Amino acid sequence: MSDLQRTPLRDFHAAHGARLVDFAGWEMPVQYRSILEEHKAVRRAAGLFDVSHMGEVDVRGPEAGRFLNHLVTNDVAKLYPGRVLYSPMCYPTGGVVDDLLVYMRGTDDYFLCINAGNIAKDLAWIRAQAAGFAVTITDRCDDYALLAVQGPRAAEIVQSLTGAKLGLVNYYHFTEGTVAGIHCLISRTGYTGEDGFELYHAAGDAVALAEAILAAGAPRGLELAGLGARDSLRLEAGYPLYGHELTPEISPLTAGLGWTVKLDKGADFIGRDALVAEKQTGAPHKVVFFKTGDRRIVRAETPVLGADGAVVGRVLSGTLTPILNEAIGSALVTTAAATQPLAVDIRGTKLNLHLVKPPFVELKKASS
Amino acid sequence: MSNVPAGLRYAKSHEWVKLESDGTATVGITDYAQSALGDITYVQLPKVGATLKAGETFGVVESVKAASDLYAPVAGTVVATNSGLDSAPESLNTAPYDGAWMLKVKLANPADVAALLDADAYQKLLG
Repeated sequence: MSDLQRTPLRDFHAAHGARLVDFAGWEMPVQYRSILEEHKAVRRAAGLFDVSHMGEVDVRGPEAGRFLNHLVTNDVAKLYPGRVLYSPMCYPTGGVVDDLLVYMRGTDDYFLCINAGNIAKDLAWIRAQAAGFAVTITDRCDDYALLAVQGPRAAEIVQSLTGAKLGLVNYYHFTEGTVAGIHCLISRTGYTGEDGFELYHAAGDAVALAEAILAAGAPRGLELAGLGARDSLRLEAGYPLYGHELTPEISPLTAGLGWTVKLDKGADFIGRDALVAEKQTGAPHKVVFFKTGDRRIVRAETPVLGADGAVVGRVLSGTLTPILNEAIGSALVTTAAATQPLAVDIRGTKLNLHLVKPPFVELKKASS
Repeated sequence: MSNVPAGLRYAKSHEWVKLESDGTATVGITDYAQSALGDITYVQLPKVGATLKAGETFGVVESVKAASDLYAPVAGTVVATNSGLDSAPESLNTAPYDGAWMLKVKLANPADVAALLDADAYQKLLG
């Protein structure tokens, strides 16, 4: 796997027994001990994830806020320093370039976190759209490492390592401070549906920070968690994954993310016309979430069958939740079929899909 | 390093066979197989009375990662299946050679067992 990119924690993972796999061109830990056990540890206590493969971009300049509000569908004008915003970034067609987090550090000073598999595409797209705006786009991907501490005991664990008053940092807010003596952007965000923090820090500090968090967290039930658990946790929480529930062909409205599309935010933005039209005429397809009551995993690309047995869609993501002990997933189906009985055929057995409004399990996130 | 107990026989498709004193054979999957699959979430086994043909599929083992066919290492008739795997398929990850056995088979031809790989040969196959 020598041609894969590595995070500063690659050897740390190997030393802790990780199974390393190719994920979006990065050599990443898919699991350490067990995907299902790591998933349960995050819901029960806490998990530590290396997500340093994610990309970071600085957007600075007198028109940074105005540019970002043109670039993304959510309302950047609502931000204030210390606030984080989740948003899709669309093509003029309404399809999705990527979904990302926007951090406002100060007037004229923003920071983006983008998906690892989209870094080159996003940077090219963002730079092209920035023409004519007084902004500077800076690729910071190699400068930062990113560790996520997620779970009901995450705040207690991170608080034990920092003087920052985490009780004052609400969900989707951030502060800057030191954790275990290492300077971090401390963001109360995550991709698991649990309370938790994402700690952006200098790449050279990653091993020391990971060791400190593991030492403080292990007595409190924290376990190292890989990308396998990260995926099953996000699906259980009902969060989209780019390339599955959001793609150049699946708009945020189709994906059920209408709350992130602010058509009336008072600024034109890329994709607005297409999204207005989609909202007026109704999307031909929609993303639904389902469970089956059976342990057989319904994998991506499985055809979804309507009441008469005809194919009405396909599965986008599927896994087994170790909390409910049944298969869950998402599917793209025709809007007409979404109100009718749906099923899949798994190795000759017909399984009915029971549609669920996620999250699939009760989540106890901090308030925002 | 995978655990390959001496005294068992092995198929190249990573099932093991244990010849019991009553002349039946117990069948399961190897430690290497469970490790390669990762978290096992579902096992589909044949019914008691089913006929197995050597080399043909007899069931499916599914993990978070993928679903894989199970291949009969020997021919015979299924006389028992491990119903504990229905509710606890994950025991295949922790006890592939004892608690998580899959089938007990009345052999069509007991000499088939000796034709399978011994522990040394299977270990060499794994490299």
